[in-house]
Amino acid sequence: MATGNKSSIWRINPGRLAAIPASVFLLIGFAGPLAMVIGYSFMPAHTFSLLQVPSLENYVSVVADSYYISFFWSLFLASTAVVILFLVCYPMAYGMAKIFGPWANLVTALIILPLLISENIRLFGWVLILLKNGILDGSLKYLFDVSASGLLYTVPSIVLGLVYVYLPFMLFPLVSGISMVPESLKDAASDLGASRWEIFWEVELPLSMPGIMIGGILTFILSLGSLAEAKILGGQAVVMIADDIESAFTFAQNWPKGSVLSVMLIGLSGVVVFLLFRRIDLDQIIGRR
Amino acid sequence: MNEQRKRRLARNLIVIWTTCVIGFLYIPMVAVVLASFSKQRYFQFPIAAWTMRWYEKASTSLSVRDLLWTSLTVALLVTIFSVILAFFGALAFARYEWSGRKLYQRLVLLPIFFPQAVLGLALLLWFSSLGIIPSWQTAVFAHMVWIVPIVILIISIQVYSFDPALEEAAFDLGATRLQVLREITLPILSPGIVSGGLFAFLLSWGNFPLSMFTTGADQTVPEWLYAKMVSGYTPMVPTLGSLTMGSAAIMLLVGYFGWLAIRYKTAQIKVKSAD
Repeated sequence: MATGNKSSIWRINPGRLAAIPASVFLLIGFAGPLAMVIGYSFMPAHTFSLLQVPSLENYVSVVADSYYISFFWSLFLASTAVVILFLVCYPMAYGMAKIFGPWANLVTALIILPLLISENIRLFGWVLILLKNGILDGSLKYLFDVSASGLLYTVPSIVLGLVYVYLPFMLFPLVSGISMVPESLKDAASDLGASRWEIFWEVELPLSMPGIMIGGILTFILSLGSLAEAKILGGQAVVMIADDIESAFTFAQNWPKGSVLSVMLIGLSGVVVFLLFRRIDLDQIIGRR
Repeated sequence: MNEQRKRRLARNLIVIWTTCVIGFLYIPMVAVVLASFSKQRYFQFPIAAWTMRWYEKASTSLSVRDLLWTSLTVALLVTIFSVILAFFGALAFARYEWSGRKLYQRLVLLPIFFPQAVLGLALLLWFSSLGIIPSWQTAVFAHMVWIVPIVILIISIQVYSFDPALEEAAFDLGATRLQVLREITLPILSPGIVSGGLFAFLLSWGNFPLSMFTTGADQTVPEWLYAKMVSGYTPMVPTLGSLTMGSAAIMLLVGYFGWLAIRYKTAQIKVKSAD
């Protein structure tokens, strides 16, 4: 070949070569910081260097302190949000996969658009709605002379925020999961005398499981690590774990403690994601035509 | 008959439900726009008096200009760098068969699943131990850690539907690597690249959790909005909120028509290659 060396490099392994830029970037921008947080979690409290004698002191103190409360709240709020999201999104996803036909594209666009507006602004919209003398309270007072103050800064308002912000992350995996169920199988089940409920329970639900799992786990992890929802809509009602992590790093200036809490949160999400990815073929889901 | 009626009822219920959910997604944004026209300093509904005063104030304010400028610079740089990295990343993700591909697919998507606030703090820790003072430049880097994987995913979807035979045909006809990249691969993947770039821009423009910890003394629009929301209401919050929503909408329209134009062009290329 006239171009010699260079072209033989290209020919050997274009895939591996193409993977280099993004991999190197994520090694520096993601793996590095992650390793550092894990490192700091073993350092003595209130230190700012990785060169001390490692110890498990922080892990012990976090377990002994009352951090389990914020972990509990995060787990509880995230699970509640996931269940509600599934119930809200399933009928809609079914419609998008099987009923709407060409209109499904419009629905998709309408759901993606709000994602591109800062989460803060959209949550602030809810503040304006739920506020005392806000849109809901004000309209009710004006129209029916009934008051609905005290809705903001409560636990349900945080769940509302989580459901609102993470809805697309449940919906789209569900759509792709449901559209993977072949109509012919449903017809076959129906010909063999299965009831509508049996078809749903025995055919549709198991076959759309990959989508349901991705949606559920994605929204669970996102809710678990969320910060803005609890702060903007929850006020002082509940402290979620991301909030504790933030204050450990900033106000308390205790990097090792913040690191331990981060490692525990990451560990929890990481285990879930790992279990998910082991059972799922990404080529099939993303590349499905 | 009964069966058919039941089916139609279910269909109608799903349509109504979907409409309600979409309404639910847009109601808060309408609320923000409404509030930006309210004259009172503290928001009250029904709105008693309307005004454009807050928009006039925003247009002359120097600090608003700084905020918009910082957000815009960050988002533009993030878009450019992310698209370049993600273009090659997506080829490795979906185009070529190579031994480490399955592992690479999983690892490269991990940052999307990562809690952003924790990622922001980890990056802050990382920068300060490396002796880098956080500023808007570090925020560009931080945004990319989260956005590059997303753009890889978006471009990959396009790559999956790309027929490698077109590239091979060009090679057989004697084209060089660079020519194939420029004449075949790039034009055909361009819809994915444009939508990836658009997502990169808008996700960076609206990002809060990563900016919060990595911009140092600089401030982006979402950070400013958050600071004002927490410390007390000011009418500038809904005003600036509405302005950013409006500019995002304009961006999307421009992007959409750009995408239409490109699709038209690639359709022509496909027709030519089919001849």
